[in-house]
Amino acid sequence: MLLSARLFFHILRDTLVVLSAHDLSVVKSDRLLFDKLNFSVEQGGLLYVKGPNGAGKTSLLRVLCGLLDSESGEVNFKQQAIHSVSSSFHHQLVYFGHKAGLNLRLSAIENLDFWCKQHEQNVSIEQIYQTLAELQLVGLEELPIGHLSAGQQRRVALARLWFKSSACLWILDEPFTALDTSGISLLMNKIADFLRSGGAVVMTSHQDLELDYPKQELVLEYRI
Amino acid sequence: MTPLWALFKRDLTLAFHQRAELIQPLIFFMLVVSLFPLGVGPNPATLQMIGPGVIWVAAILSSLMGLERLFRDDFQDGSLEQLLLSGSALPLVALVKVTTHWLTSILPLLILSPLLALFLHLNEAMYWALLATLILGTPLLSLLGAIAVALTVGLNRGGVLLALLLVPIFIPLLIFATSAVDAAALSLPYNAQLAIIGAMLLFALALAPFATAYALRVSQN
Repeated sequence: MLLSARLFFHILRDTLVVLSAHDLSVVKSDRLLFDKLNFSVEQGGLLYVKGPNGAGKTSLLRVLCGLLDSESGEVNFKQQAIHSVSSSFHHQLVYFGHKAGLNLRLSAIENLDFWCKQHEQNVSIEQIYQTLAELQLVGLEELPIGHLSAGQQRRVALARLWFKSSACLWILDEPFTALDTSGISLLMNKIADFLRSGGAVVMTSHQDLELDYPKQELVLEYRI
Repeated sequence: MTPLWALFKRDLTLAFHQRAELIQPLIFFMLVVSLFPLGVGPNPATLQMIGPGVIWVAAILSSLMGLERLFRDDFQDGSLEQLLLSGSALPLVALVKVTTHWLTSILPLLILSPLLALFLHLNEAMYWALLATLILGTPLLSLLGAIAVALTVGLNRGGVLLALLLVPIFIPLLIFATSAVDAAALSLPYNAQLAIIGAMLLFALALAPFATAYALRVSQN
């Protein structure tokens, strides 16, 4: 009885796992960043990756979303290897990296409209205007992105988190960089809302995470 | 279809924003071709003899100039990452990019070509042959160029390397294209040359998007 309850619990736990890594090793420029890394993130789970510069946080996140190949080990999305289900995986993922992914010559509206269409999200232009207003970017919607400040550019890029409703996993690499305090709290709230609605988040940050939510920490060490 | 259509529209919009950058290779093309009548003298026979080769060489060189635009900006600002994670089929993305590149950077060269044919005293038969080889051959420049750009996009200053990689590959194209125009000058049929260029184009059309997609994925490493 106890055994079957345990088994049931394990199966239940497994179905809740959104992303898991098994024996993951990554080598970059002949340097082993980390090896035999194992972890999993469940629905509503927040994995907070910590470590000094050069420890491999960005590389880890890039491996998790399939941009970078790992030396060995595998990454599973809902129990299947990410490379075998890449289109459904990408449909449910938002990756936010160091590079904003915005073309400097196009306006915020053009950039975001293109992004939504490219990621097959049904978002109207009015919704984009609304979200940009929420992000305190009123009046800047139609300027080329290159004319905005660094923080404003980050805000435009972060608007994607508002648009991808099919996402159940966010991978955020230093999302707070260049944001002011109001931007940070806006983003914190958005992340908390997403987690409460059952989404999973993997993120790195050098700032302390003042988020009123249970988090799982993964500490990477700098290796020589 | 919508994601690809959106990409096509975005790239056309971008090209419109980068008009100045697009016009430069065009002016370069015109200047190079117009240097030849000044350099070798206005003798029609000489110009007619070197004309097709000059136009083709200038077309290849000027197409190399604008080629980097294909993926450079998208790589640097991170749009490429987002494109890779969008779930669209990457070979089709590459094909759309190549198409917009051809429409915005190379089609204007074709539109200018009658003027340049006039500079070089090409007769009508020669001009039609030249235009046919350009229409069939220039998409090949874009398709193969895309592979090389995707391969070198991660390197800083890949410009010269790009030329070194690509120019040797374009030699067969140059040979068949100029020989078609030479045949036309002698009023001989030149279907065979066109057929070979067409075959090269179809071959590249079938395989180059996959190679480009693979190279783009590797560029992220």
